[in-house]
Amino acid sequence: MEQRFTGGNEYVASAELMNAVNIAITLQKPLLVKGEPGTGKTMLAQAVADALGKRLIIWNVKSTTKAQDGLYVYDVVQRLYDSQFGGHGVDDISRYIKLGKLGEAFAAEEQVVLLIDEIDKADLEFPNDLLWELDQMEFYIPETRETVRARQRPIVIITSNAEKELPDAFLRRCVFHYIEFPDREQMERIVRVHLPDIEEALVEQALEAFYWLRGLRDIEKKPSTSELVDWLRALAAGGVDPQRITEKIPYAGVLLKKDKDLRTLARNQR
Amino acid sequence: MFASFFYLLRQRGLDVSLNEWLTLLEGMEKGLHRSTLTGFYQLCRAVLLHSESEYDRFDQVFLEFFRDVPWEGELPRELMDWLDHPTEDLRRTLEELRRRRGEDKTLEEILQMLEERLREQTEEHNGGNYWIGTQGSSVFGNSGWRPNSLRVGGESRRRAALAVAGERRFRDFRKDATLDTRQFQMAFRLLRQFSAQISDAEKVLDVEGTIRDTCDRAGLLKIRYRNPRRNAVKVLLLIDSGGSMDYYSDLCSTLFQAATKSNTFQELHTYYFHNCIYESVYRHPRMRQEDRVETEWLLKNFDGVYKVIVVGDAAMNPGELLSQQYDWKRRVPMPSGLEWLQRIRAHFPYLIWLNPEPLPAYAGFWGQTHVHLAKLFPMYPLSVEGLESGMHRLMVK
Repeated sequence: MEQRFTGGNEYVASAELMNAVNIAITLQKPLLVKGEPGTGKTMLAQAVADALGKRLIIWNVKSTTKAQDGLYVYDVVQRLYDSQFGGHGVDDISRYIKLGKLGEAFAAEEQVVLLIDEIDKADLEFPNDLLWELDQMEFYIPETRETVRARQRPIVIITSNAEKELPDAFLRRCVFHYIEFPDREQMERIVRVHLPDIEEALVEQALEAFYWLRGLRDIEKKPSTSELVDWLRALAAGGVDPQRITEKIPYAGVLLKKDKDLRTLARNQR
Repeated sequence: MFASFFYLLRQRGLDVSLNEWLTLLEGMEKGLHRSTLTGFYQLCRAVLLHSESEYDRFDQVFLEFFRDVPWEGELPRELMDWLDHPTEDLRRTLEELRRRRGEDKTLEEILQMLEERLREQTEEHNGGNYWIGTQGSSVFGNSGWRPNSLRVGGESRRRAALAVAGERRFRDFRKDATLDTRQFQMAFRLLRQFSAQISDAEKVLDVEGTIRDTCDRAGLLKIRYRNPRRNAVKVLLLIDSGGSMDYYSDLCSTLFQAATKSNTFQELHTYYFHNCIYESVYRHPRMRQEDRVETEWLLKNFDGVYKVIVVGDAAMNPGELLSQQYDWKRRVPMPSGLEWLQRIRAHFPYLIWLNPEPLPAYAGFWGQTHVHLAKLFPMYPLSVEGLESGMHRLMVK
């Protein structure tokens, strides 16, 4: 059956992004997504899962995460406890093997969407340690002499914030897409999805101010989509007159998180 | 069938492997390009590239390949002769050309106009703004100046007259652009060697090892320790300050910020000099007498383990580099700048020179020292890409 991703109800995807998702699904390769924070990298996986009617498994990578954690964990401690208190089935090691997120995705009966979030947070070796598993979609558990093999090749989506260079060998196995920051037109659609009832004039003026702000040269941490949505909520709740938005930028603290950026804004205000 | 495209990509510095190429062909077999050029473009980008920093280069190669094809051989030979060997040299400056610039045209318009001109044109034109010629400001021809124009014949002289006039939306991600601290910081992060053998570090409890060993001994506690993993890299930063470097002060401060902020080095020391390193360097960029540190002291206290980054434009009066210095107080001759630099070069095996200025094509008066020093030092441009390749160089001898 051919599966095609055409965006979700809650997610506005550019044609290029949808195409990249479909390329990755058809070629059965992991999709590596990069982009500015707040461009919806993580939400993409949810949208893909929703659109295709699949279960989503999320593996959040942290700086201490090891590749092994995603495969399985052998709970030696539990086994020791059980042996001390004379529990049953201590001989059966497989009772103490717990599958990690990747293992879970492999073992699932149905095809799932697996999100490996922020892969660049982990050590440099991390992606390389997963090469075989992602290529062959299987791994071996020496403790039980078992091989866990994917019944249905999961759709793998990997996000990266470019904190670290990913290894070449890993990159060559992925389909790559860089999510551009949405342009005004697309941003308007995104805002509509999040805030369907918001006033037209408010959005108009807020976007004007938002893109002006992003264009300022000295802003260190540029506001992103999620901040814009929060800001619009604040503006709507505060009952701000749309005409005053561009000149005053009320609630600027919602958009800019750094003191330095707020000062820059004050300097640049007309 | 697109094999030449593959080779062009590689030739233009995109590291596309055969594996990815086969994946691309597989994708096309499965109809993922949807039989359109845009679809093919997106498929190529998704499969062949791995970083947004390659997007811009790829766009250019793509345009070069798929736009240049129709024009090859279609130009009359006479015309190419006029273009490649203009009979008059107008010696126009860039400023003159810039003033004559008309309004921008889209590529479609330009291509259409080019076709019209090809039908009409019967003679050589130089310096005009309508015909296909040289040294002018019409939208096609060569050796002129016109942004968004089509180069026909000749060689790229002004960088503005590009044969391909894409939008270049991804230019900001190019690694050879000079960008913000974050990107420099990222580059600095390449400079690390994790080590569990740093002697001054306190040992930490190896939790996993302890648990495993304890359970293996059926619950009899066995504590295990290990050394923490730390970055063992020590860095010495030598920055040229003042004079011709004033133009680049922003860039240097960005670099300095990045080096300090990245905070990953075991040690980071910064010293300043003016134009060339002599017997003293300074702790502050203002270089007052009280901040003075003897270069001799520097060499004594920092051994070859330190990774040294010299930042400077290497542009100076050749005398400053080559002639012997003279100590007016003690009235004795001192080594020349070059001798000092050679000593430093020999002392530190891990050393790079970052230069904000590109290497001049031919050495003018101020450029000769640059050319000279580029032979002596591994010199890299002060850009994200330059810094990255520099960092790789610093990791190996």
